Amino acid sequence: MMEKQNTGTQPVLQAVNLTKRFGGLVAVNNVSLDIYPGEVVALAGDNGAGKSTLIKMISGVYRPDAGHIYLEGREITMASPLEARSLGIETIYQDLALCENLDATVNIFLGREPTKRLLGLFKQVDRNLMLAESNKVLDRLDIHIPNLRRPIRQMSGGQRQAVAIARAVYWNARLVIMDEPTAALGVPEQRKVHELIHTLKRQNVPVIIISHNLQDIFAVADRIVVMRRGHKVGDVPAGEVTDDDLVAMMVGSA
Amino acid sequence: MTSRTLPKTSDERLVEAGLLKRLLTRPELGALGGAILVWIIFAIIAGNRGFLTLQGTASYLEVSSYLGILAVAIALLMIGGEFDLSIGSMIGAAGATIAVLGSVFGVPLWLASLIALGVALLVGFVNGVMVIRTKLPSFIITLGSLFILRGLTIALTRIFTGRTQVGSLDQLEGYEVLRLLFGGSIPIGGANFPVSIVWWLAIAAVATWVLMRTRFGNWIFSAGGNAEAARNVGVPVSRVKVTLFMATAAAAWLVATIQLTVVKSADTLRGTQQEFIAIIAAVIGGNLLTGGYGSAVGAALGALIFGMVRQGIVYAGIDADWFQVFLGAMLIVAVLVNNFIRDQAEKARR
Repeated sequence: MMEKQNTGTQPVLQAVNLTKRFGGLVAVNNVSLDIYPGEVVALAGDNGAGKSTLIKMISGVYRPDAGHIYLEGREITMASPLEARSLGIETIYQDLALCENLDATVNIFLGREPTKRLLGLFKQVDRNLMLAESNKVLDRLDIHIPNLRRPIRQMSGGQRQAVAIARAVYWNARLVIMDEPTAALGVPEQRKVHELIHTLKRQNVPVIIISHNLQDIFAVADRIVVMRRGHKVGDVPAGEVTDDDLVAMMVGSA
Repeated sequence: MTSRTLPKTSDERLVEAGLLKRLLTRPELGALGGAILVWIIFAIIAGNRGFLTLQGTASYLEVSSYLGILAVAIALLMIGGEFDLSIGSMIGAAGATIAVLGSVFGVPLWLASLIALGVALLVGFVNGVMVIRTKLPSFIITLGSLFILRGLTIALTRIFTGRTQVGSLDQLEGYEVLRLLFGGSIPIGGANFPVSIVWWLAIAAVATWVLMRTRFGNWIFSAGGNAEAARNVGVPVSRVKVTLFMATAAAAWLVATIQLTVVKSADTLRGTQQEFIAIIAAVIGGNLLTGGYGSAVGAALGALIFGMVRQGIVYAGIDADWFQVFLGAMLIVAVLVNNFIRDQAEKARR
C-alpha cells in the first residue's frame, strides 16, 4: 500500500517514524509521511485517528516523542507554531487564523508590518505598500475581494480562507496545512476553496489538507493518506480509490 | 476541474467608500454627535449664565482634561482587550508618594514626582504580569489592586505623616519645576486655560497616531480582537498588554501630579471612583468593553461630554446632586446609540 509518487525529486517535507503519546494513549504511532512539491495530500481518518496530532507535530504545536522531521532535506525541530511558520510551514485553522476586527491587509501583514519614517523620524506602518502588496498577492491567486479595508468579520467564510491562504503565500510558505478548510462553508464557497488549493498547487506549493468531507478530498487531493487508531493504514493515489475503499480503510473493514 | 475558473462573483459590495461613509464607520461618531448635542443643550439653558464665555469654556475643558488623560489611556487598554480598575487608587497613591517623599524625606518635589512615576510604572507592570500569568480576567486582578493600593496609600501616609492629607506643598523645594510643567495656564482673551488641557490634547493625538499608524497600534487591536491568532503570527501579545497597563498607570500618575501641583496638596482619597468615570468616558467614546474596537479620539470626546455636563449643570443652576443621574443615563443612552450606529455602518458597508 505504501507507494510513493514523484520518486526522484526531493520531498519538501519528510516526517519519519513520528510517535506521540498522551499518557498511556499512543495518539500517533510510528507514522512516516513524504510531501512532494506541488502535491496535495489529504489526510483522512475517523475522529481520534491521530490526524490532528500528526499535523500538530508538523506545525510545531506538539513535540514528537520519537521520530524526525525534515524540511527540504534538513532536519528541523520546532518549539512553537511561530517557529514552524518562520520555517515556511503555514497552518490555516478554521477559527484561529485571523483577527476578525482587522481588515484583510492588516491580517496579511500582522506582526510583520512594513514601516516607513514619518518626517524622517517616526516609524509608522506603510499602509499603501500593504494595500498594493495585498492586491498583488490576491491577483496572483486569482482571488477577488472587493474593498480590502473591510474588517474580516464582514467577509464570507470563503473570503476569510482566501485571505488566510494569501497570507501564507505572501510569506513564501513552503508547505500549507489546512485543517478542515471547508467545514461551515456553503457549496459555492467550498468550490472557491478547492479552486484556491489548485492555484497553490500550480504555484508548486504543496498542501496537506485534513478533511472529513470525502467530496473535498476527491476534488483536490493527488494522494490520500488514511489513518486509523494512530497508525497510517493507507497511502494511495486519489485516482485509484473510491469513496467506499476509503471508508473501508478508515473504519478498518478492508 | 483544475482548468475551469469559477464565474467571478458580481459583487454589489464593490462600492468605493466615500468620505462620508468612512466617517460613518468611525467608532467616535456617536461621541462627536453627543458632544455637539450636549454643548447645544447647555448653550441654550446656561448660555446667558456664563457657559458660553471663555472662562466657562476653560472651566469645563479643565474638568474634561483630567478625565480625558485617563480615558484615553483606558481606551487603549480596552481596545487591547483588558481593563484597569486600579487607576483611581493609583492617582491617590502617586499623589501621596510625592507628598510623603517631599514633606517627610525632603526629596525635591520634581524628583519625588519622577520616583512616583517609577512606582506607577511598576504597579502597571505588576498588574499586567499578574493578568498574563494567572490568566484571570483583568477585572478581578485590578479590582484587587484597587483596594490594595488605596489601603496601602492610606496606611503608609498615616504612618509617615500621622494624617491622610498633606498640604502646603508649594513651600517645598522643587515645586517650581512642577508648576512650570503641570500647573501653569495659558491666558486667551482674558480667560486662563490650564496647561492640563494641552496634556490631554497631546496625549489624545499621540494615542490616535499610535492606534492608526503604527505597528504597535495594529498589535493593540489584534490583542483585543483575537489574541490567539495574533500570537500565532508573532505579535508579542503579552508585551503589548503589559505596556498598556503601564501606560494607564502612568496616565494616573500624570493626573495626580497635575492635581497636586494645582491644589498644592495631596489627599489619600483622591481619584476615588475615577476608574469608573474614565471607563464610562471611554465607552461613551465608542470603545467596546469586549476589546478590539474603539478610538482614542472617542475617549477624549467622552471626557469632553462629561466635563461639559459636570460644569454645565453648575452654570445652569441645577443642583449638582443630579450629576450622577445624568452620568448613568448618558452611559446607557450612549451605548445604545453607538451600537445602533455600528450596526448601520456595517450594513452600509455590506
